Amino acid sequence: MDSPVHRVSLGDTWSRRVHPDIASERFIQSFSVEQLTNILDGGAQNTALRRKVESIIHSDPEFSVKDNYFMTQNERYVAAVQKKFHLQIIAKRLGWSENSPELYYAYRALSGELALGLHTVFLKSLQSLGSEEQIAKWTLLCNEFRIIASYAQTELGHGTNLRGLETEATYDAATQEFVVHSPTLTATKWWPGDLGRSATHTLVQAQLICSGARQGMHAFIVPIRSLRDHTPLPGVTVGDIGPKMDYDHTDHGFLRLDHVRIPRENMLSRFAQVLPDGTYVKLGTQQTNYFSMVVVRVELLLGEIIPLLQKACVIAIRYSTIRRQSSIQPSDPEAKILDYQTQQQKLLPQLATAYAFHFLASNLLEFLHSSYDAIRNKDFSHLPELHALSAGIKAMTSDLCLQGSELCRRACGGHGYSKLSGLPSLVTRVTASCTYEGDNTVLYLQTARFLVKNFLQAHAIPGSTQKSLPPSVAYLTAPYLARCPAQKAADFLHPKLYTTAWAHVAARLIKESAHHLETLMQSGADWDKAWNQTTVIHLQTAKAHCYYISVKSFTETLEKLENKPAVQQVLKRLCDLYALHSILTNAADFLHDGFLSGAQVDAMRTGYLELLGLIRKDAILLTDAFDFTDPSLNSALGCYDGNVYERLFHWAQKSPTNTQGNPAYEKYLRPLLQSWKSKL
Amino acid sequence: MNQDLRREREAASFNPELLTHVLDGSPENTRRRREIENLILNDPDFQHEDLNFLTRSQRYEVAVRKSANMVKKMREFGIADPKEIMWFKKIHLVNFVEPVGLNFSMFIPTLLNQGTTAQQEKWLHSSQGLQIIGTYAQTEMGHGTHLRGLETTATYDPETQKFILNSPTVTSIKWWPGGLGKTSNHAIVLAQLITKGKCYGLHAFIVPIREIGTHKPLPGITVGDIGPKFGYDEMDNGYLKMDNYRIPRENMLMKYAQVKPDGTYVKPVSNKLTYGTMVFVRSFLVGVAARSLSKACTIAIRYSAVRHQSEIKPGEPEPQILDFQTQQYKLFPLLATAYAFQFVGAYVKETYHRINEGIGQGDLSELPELHALVAGLKAFTSWTTNAAIEACRMACGGHGYSHCSGLPNIYVTFTPTCTFEGENTVMMLQTARFLMKSYDQVHSGKLVGGMVSYLNDLPTQRIQPRQVAVWPTVVDIDSPDSLTEAYKLRAARLVEIAAKNLQNEAIQRESKEVAWNLTSVDLVQASEAHCHYVAVKLFSEKLLKIQDKSVHAVLRNLCLLYCLYGISQKAGDFLQGSIMTESQITQVNQRIKELLTAIRPDAVALVDAFDFQDVTLGSVLGRYDGNVYENLFEWAKKSPLNKSEVHESYYKYLKPLQSKL
Repeated sequence: MDSPVHRVSLGDTWSRRVHPDIASERFIQSFSVEQLTNILDGGAQNTALRRKVESIIHSDPEFSVKDNYFMTQNERYVAAVQKKFHLQIIAKRLGWSENSPELYYAYRALSGELALGLHTVFLKSLQSLGSEEQIAKWTLLCNEFRIIASYAQTELGHGTNLRGLETEATYDAATQEFVVHSPTLTATKWWPGDLGRSATHTLVQAQLICSGARQGMHAFIVPIRSLRDHTPLPGVTVGDIGPKMDYDHTDHGFLRLDHVRIPRENMLSRFAQVLPDGTYVKLGTQQTNYFSMVVVRVELLLGEIIPLLQKACVIAIRYSTIRRQSSIQPSDPEAKILDYQTQQQKLLPQLATAYAFHFLASNLLEFLHSSYDAIRNKDFSHLPELHALSAGIKAMTSDLCLQGSELCRRACGGHGYSKLSGLPSLVTRVTASCTYEGDNTVLYLQTARFLVKNFLQAHAIPGSTQKSLPPSVAYLTAPYLARCPAQKAADFLHPKLYTTAWAHVAARLIKESAHHLETLMQSGADWDKAWNQTTVIHLQTAKAHCYYISVKSFTETLEKLENKPAVQQVLKRLCDLYALHSILTNAADFLHDGFLSGAQVDAMRTGYLELLGLIRKDAILLTDAFDFTDPSLNSALGCYDGNVYERLFHWAQKSPTNTQGNPAYEKYLRPLLQSWKSKL
Repeated sequence: MNQDLRREREAASFNPELLTHVLDGSPENTRRRREIENLILNDPDFQHEDLNFLTRSQRYEVAVRKSANMVKKMREFGIADPKEIMWFKKIHLVNFVEPVGLNFSMFIPTLLNQGTTAQQEKWLHSSQGLQIIGTYAQTEMGHGTHLRGLETTATYDPETQKFILNSPTVTSIKWWPGGLGKTSNHAIVLAQLITKGKCYGLHAFIVPIREIGTHKPLPGITVGDIGPKFGYDEMDNGYLKMDNYRIPRENMLMKYAQVKPDGTYVKPVSNKLTYGTMVFVRSFLVGVAARSLSKACTIAIRYSAVRHQSEIKPGEPEPQILDFQTQQYKLFPLLATAYAFQFVGAYVKETYHRINEGIGQGDLSELPELHALVAGLKAFTSWTTNAAIEACRMACGGHGYSHCSGLPNIYVTFTPTCTFEGENTVMMLQTARFLMKSYDQVHSGKLVGGMVSYLNDLPTQRIQPRQVAVWPTVVDIDSPDSLTEAYKLRAARLVEIAAKNLQNEAIQRESKEVAWNLTSVDLVQASEAHCHYVAVKLFSEKLLKIQDKSVHAVLRNLCLLYCLYGISQKAGDFLQGSIMTESQITQVNQRIKELLTAIRPDAVALVDAFDFQDVTLGSVLGRYDGNVYENLFEWAKKSPLNKSEVHESYYKYLKPLQSKL
């Protein structure tokens, strides 16, 4: 069986034939893979465009990421700068504009191995926080790469708590300048991407001080390197923060500012201004500063985090059809490891999660798009809900993508430990997402705060509840259901049933959260202290709410597929598996108030285990549907053609440890061996 | 010293030194361990650059240098006791990786276990003196945990009295053995023995792979490094392909099975003994899990006492993040787990030594249970530790992602434990096999002993006379003993469910093996519950042996936290089995929060008691003196990317980018 043209581009000899063990998996197609790919891409025209961009990227040797695993941190940074440079030239030639789908697909094809990523984050923050005049001026400079900009928020001693940042911007009315300064060691900006070696300018988040008053966090554009020779400007100490688990291609940096002066116009002023005389004018609410963070968080989901889990699933599941080990019955040949129930139980729920999150993030992105313009025009009515959703979903997605990709890695046994499998890099990238753009625990608690507030509000004004609740928490006023009606295993395979089950648990936990809080407050604690003493339950509450949202969003996606019954059927199984898996791993929450009985949980488990066997048959097709190219997977284990072992052997031989001699032998082993010889 | 840490240490309710003695086994052990540590720390030959700034080849080179030095120094210092060797290496190697190590940990022991006296005479001296450097090559590219699937062949040729070794397929290439890629010149190779046209299964052969003097691969041998990995940069895990490669008949290890010069195969008497090495390595890994998790906890807890963030109340100064309930809830159950695993590790080691003495006298009766228990405990502790180290790393926020924290290294060095020396799922299923066997035994009316004796008390089987007393109705959540009983009930219940499901499937499928596969998720769950019970039991029993009152009090809190946190995580099991009620689970959750508050003042002292030197931790965040930020800044300045003020890539790409567009 031949591979479709768009699949194979590694150009090695084996890819001409597909390994029979994976070819047989594609023999019977119970649904159209292409149709599912189109759904994931958001339309057939997108699929076509994506493949066009991929073929441009992968046919160009300058974009090869083959040697990535053999490179040092420095080499990977240089390679990423080189690729970014090359991509800009191509983009210019082909007319791909900043923010175009073409550049998005190029980023995907290159698995993000590009420098200057923060340039885009800068532009997005500028869009959200800058005045029209500022947007016009700086966007032009950025687009033409006359400057290279980054975004500097986190400090050495301060992260997720924005208000704790120490960097100061003091307005000097005499010269109409801000004096930007790092007053302590812990105020050193630490972690911003592109800052270490690349950026000429950065957007600094700092405490605004004007007319002697502290006005909280604001964003300032600060030039840091000379546009002539790239040396740090006077008063600026800047460098790279050293080796990390991954992201070697990004020069995360530190920045210390010693009374650096910038013009008044460099403060972004869509929502707040400082007039020439030092008068502070507020044009928005406290929350506006969070708006750009919300945008970044939402776009990260599909742009960075979720594809990492999808790729991990592709690699692990393809490998599990090639790898044979032991036999299920003594007389049989060794079985594909995907035929073991324990292997299915590891991998297939991850696959279901990868699909669930794709639809969850797509729906959230749609919500963001529909409220984006309103918020920029200072209508903040959707912002609290958007903020709460984006915080909780980012936390849940990154948590479970990390768990899932690490599970996939270990499900590949020893070979999953080799970088050539591609899996360690996926894990180390996804793991960063659990702490960047807001630590997950803190984010969950922000969601919980929103939930508890809405609950308390709804109950403070009886009668008016229905109207005032945002759609994502409307279930708080849904009719109460004391017991789950399902009896047999098959009864559990109904979207309405398990969505209601999650709504029940989420509502119960929100109520409990509020109850715990109020009890403590009645015994004399103030809100803040009571909050800290009850955070463990709030975490549980926020997670339950996010599960509910994700299950609901998957089922809503299914409803839209009435006209594609075959695809709908296979996705429905994944949706069932996702929902049942999530309930079973949190079974205690459902047993707690008797909503589910022990016997019901057992029945559900039976249904769940049966689903594994059903999805097993379509597993390879479901991974194919993500339509990742071989170069973007960059995995010896996960290529479309399944020629795992040949490729692993071939790639290993190219390792510098094999091609560059062995100085350690000459220096240490030889004398060690000789020293004993001479004594004998 | 950092003010926060000083305050923490002054306020502790117990003397950590006494707890260190408990962990080491005796004050004398603590003294000797420190003496050895100081020998190394004061030795200029062992100084080296921070590994984080080196390339893989450089890291390998440092490791070989240290590996080579170590051999000489251990002789010099007169260190020969296995425990002392372990201490020596622990402090000496931050990542505990040594390319020459396989010579001592696998090559020589295998030679001793499986070689004849003549073979030992021939090779033992030269491998102990490092005239030859050996390794052990078992795993192949396509075959791991399932030994019988290995493909490498050794075909006997009676004419020349030689074995002809072959790697017949790509999948048969030996893959992963440590020290094989670049370091070793000999390997013990596991291969399918074929003589007189018949295959006799796996046997071990001593194979020279590189030429003495030049270190070049011998003709017929293809050998090299398998390339970059998640961690273990210092180790040259290798591949080995053999093409009609001939070795003398005497190179087959023949203590048990033999091939006569004419090709006649002589069967071994018993092959149970080969268990021994595996059991030893796995029991050692339980200890590794305990130490790795202890390190991670030390770093995360010290850093959480130094780091300040956010406000609990607006307007107040930022508190230590260790004061946030969520941070305590993340870290203290892991700290409790680290202590639990320390005691499990000590127990497994003692048991191994005890049983090993029995084996020496020909008593193999306890081996099956030990083998089953150690397999499960290796999987249980390594899975838990794997997730826990990662949780500690994330509890340090962004800085945990930097190599300055030391946590990424601890993680990537530890995580292979889940897959090597027996993949964890397979290990759990081995334990399950023993549990099922024990269950059947009880079912047929015979009592079982040891850790599985609770199966005698199952209500459906109950062959004990004193029925009423065995099933307590109320669990006392303040009593470790009562909680141990609750875990016992959970294990008994899940073993029984797995056994019944297995029987049902077997009736439906008419094949025991298919039934086994279709029940394997339940079986793994049963094994996990069994191991969890064992861990809880060992921790509770340890409390009885602690004499100092203040140490006892703090360990008791940790033990309770370990028990209760596990119940809260697996509350579904306890509810479903009617072992506890909903209101008890609510009490458990409440009690956990009280314990967090109780442990909080002693948290730093509890990690100090692990007594890791800063060098061993390899972490800027976990420094004993708590001077985190100053040292973080100094560390970053040493990064290779900071060597020049303007990076080369500026001239090559950034400047042209600015002008060309």
